[in-house]
Amino acid sequence: MTVETGMPYAEALDRFEPVLGLETHVELGTRSKMFCGCAAVFGAPPNTNVCPTCLALPGALPVANVMAIESTIRIGLALNCSIAEWCRFARKNYFYPDMPKNYQISQYDEPLCFDGYLDIEVDGKPVRIEIERVHLEEDTGKSTHMGGATGRIHGADYSIVDYNRAGIPLVEIVTKPIPGTDRLAPEVAKAYVTELREVMRSLGVSDVRMEEGSLRCDVNVSLMPRGASEWGTRTETKNVNSLRSVERAVRSEIERQAEVLSGGGRIVQETRHFHEDTGTTTSGRSKEEAQDYRYFPEPDLLPIAPDRAWVAELKAALPELPSAKRQRLKAEWGLSDLDMQAMHNADAIDLVEATVAAGAPAADARKWWMGELARRSNETGVALADLPITPAQIARVTVLVASGALNDKLAREVLEGVLAGEGSPDEVVEKRGLKIVSDDGALSSIIDEVLAANADAAEKVRSGKIAAAGALVGGVMKASRGKADAARARALILEKLGVSE
Amino acid sequence: MSAITRDEVAHLARLSRLALTDDELDHYATQLDAIIESVAKVAEVAAEDVPPSSHALPLTNVFRPDEVRPSLTPEQALSGAPAVEDDRFRVPRILGEEA
Repeated sequence: MTVETGMPYAEALDRFEPVLGLETHVELGTRSKMFCGCAAVFGAPPNTNVCPTCLALPGALPVANVMAIESTIRIGLALNCSIAEWCRFARKNYFYPDMPKNYQISQYDEPLCFDGYLDIEVDGKPVRIEIERVHLEEDTGKSTHMGGATGRIHGADYSIVDYNRAGIPLVEIVTKPIPGTDRLAPEVAKAYVTELREVMRSLGVSDVRMEEGSLRCDVNVSLMPRGASEWGTRTETKNVNSLRSVERAVRSEIERQAEVLSGGGRIVQETRHFHEDTGTTTSGRSKEEAQDYRYFPEPDLLPIAPDRAWVAELKAALPELPSAKRQRLKAEWGLSDLDMQAMHNADAIDLVEATVAAGAPAADARKWWMGELARRSNETGVALADLPITPAQIARVTVLVASGALNDKLAREVLEGVLAGEGSPDEVVEKRGLKIVSDDGALSSIIDEVLAANADAAEKVRSGKIAAAGALVGGVMKASRGKADAARARALILEKLGVSE
Repeated sequence: MSAITRDEVAHLARLSRLALTDDELDHYATQLDAIIESVAKVAEVAAEDVPPSSHALPLTNVFRPDEVRPSLTPEQALSGAPAVEDDRFRVPRILGEEA
C-alpha cells in the first residue's frame, strides 16, 4: 500500500474548486424486516433473525413492509421531495455473499421520492442542499473476514457471514452534486449529515447511530481547476462512520486529489475507504468489482402507487422539523444565534429542552449542559446524551439550587456523584451530606471558631470595616467545606460582632 | 434481429461465476439468440397503445403490516450450509490474492 501525502488544504483550495455529493444510508427502525417478518434489531446472536425469505431459500416470496414504505415517504416529505405516483422495486444483481439471493432488492430509475432539498446553515450562512432521490432498499448481511493480517477482505483466507442485518429496510438519500462550497466543503458535508440525522430523529424513523451503522455516509468528491466549468472525475469514499469523519474524509480527499492533479496525474473514478486512525482514504479498487448490476424490475413485488390522500395525510402529520424547532426554542429561550449554534454543535438542544420540560429554568438547564456536563463529555469522550445522567436529574438539581438547599459548588458535587453512579441527586445529597448548612446552631459554632482564629479580621469588622467580613465568610465556607449558607453566615457574623450594614 | 455474441455470453458467465468451455460459449450464444428472437416477436404485436409491463397482474400496493414473525433457529438456518463457523455461514475467499 502506498502512502499518499496530500497538498496542504489551503493551497489545494487556492488552486481547485471542490464539488461534493453525499449518499446517506439510513436503517429504518421498523419492528420487522423489509420483506419478511424477522425482527429488525441490532446486536442479536448471529443468524437468529433469519427466515426462508431473507435467506433466499427456494420458493420464498418477499412482501413489502408498509411501515417502511410510510417511513420513506415521510422522509421524502420532510426533505421537500415529490412522491412518486407509481414506482417499482428493482433487482440489483451482484456476486457477493453479503446477500444470499445474489441480488439486492432496491430501486433503480423509479425512486419513491425525488427532487427535494434540505436547508442547512454553515458558518452563519444558509446553504440549500438539493436532494436527487430518496429510495428504499434492503440492507445486506455482515461479513467477517478471517485470516490475513488486517481483518480486511484483502488477504483474508475466507469469510463468515451473519444474515441478521440482511433485509432490514434501508433508505438511501442521494444529493445532487453540490458545487460552490469552496473552502467550506468539509463543513458543509458535516452540517448536511448532522441536519439529516436530526431530521431522521425528529421523524422517529431510525435511531441514526453512526457507530452502530444505522446511519452510514458515502462521500463523493471531485476537483476542478479554479475557473474551470467542467467538473473533474469523482471518487466515492465509503466507511465514513462519524460526523467528524465526514469532515475529515472530504478534507483528506481534497488534499489527495489536489496533489495527484497538480502532479500531472489523473483521478480514477473509484471507491475509496476511509480510515479513522489516519484520517486518510485508500483505494478500495479490486479487479473483481464488476459494476454491471443488470438492474431489472423486481418480478416478485408489485408496483407501489401511494394514494395521494395518504401522502397528504402523512405530510400534514409531519412533526416540527429541527430547523423550525431551533428557531422557536431560540426565541423562547432568548438566546443569540451564536449561543444556539454552540448548543447545536454540542448536540445539547434536545437535552436542554427535555431538562426545561422536567421543570428547570432554560438558563440553568443550558448552564449545566453547556458547562459542567460539556466539560465532562469532552474529557471522557462520551457524547452528552450518553453521559449517565438524565435531564430530569439535572432539573432536580436546579430546583434544589433555586430552593436554597444547594449552592453552585454543592450542585457540582451532586452532579459528580450522579455521574459516578451514586444514585439520584437527592440520594447523593443524602449520602455525601451536601445540604447547605443554614441552621443557626450549626453555623454559630463554626463562626465562633473562625472568629477566634481570625481575631485581626474580626477586630476590623468590629471597628466598622464591614468589607473585612468577606474574609470571615470565606473562612466559614472553608471550614464547612462549602456547605454553609453564605448569606446567613454573613448576617450571623455581623450580629456577633455587633455591627450592621 | 439482434445476435447474442460469444463475448456477451462470456461476460454474463463471468458475472455469474460460471466456468464455460469454448464449445459451451458457442452453444449458449446460439440458444440465447433463439430465445431473444422468440421473445422479440412480442414487440411485433404490441402496438403503441400497449404500455410495457413488468408484472402479469394489474395490482399495486400489496403490503404486509410491520409485525414480527418467528424466525428460524440458527441450527435450522445453517442446516443447509456447506460450511459453518461460529454460527455463521462460512464462505470461500471473496477476493483473489492479487487484489
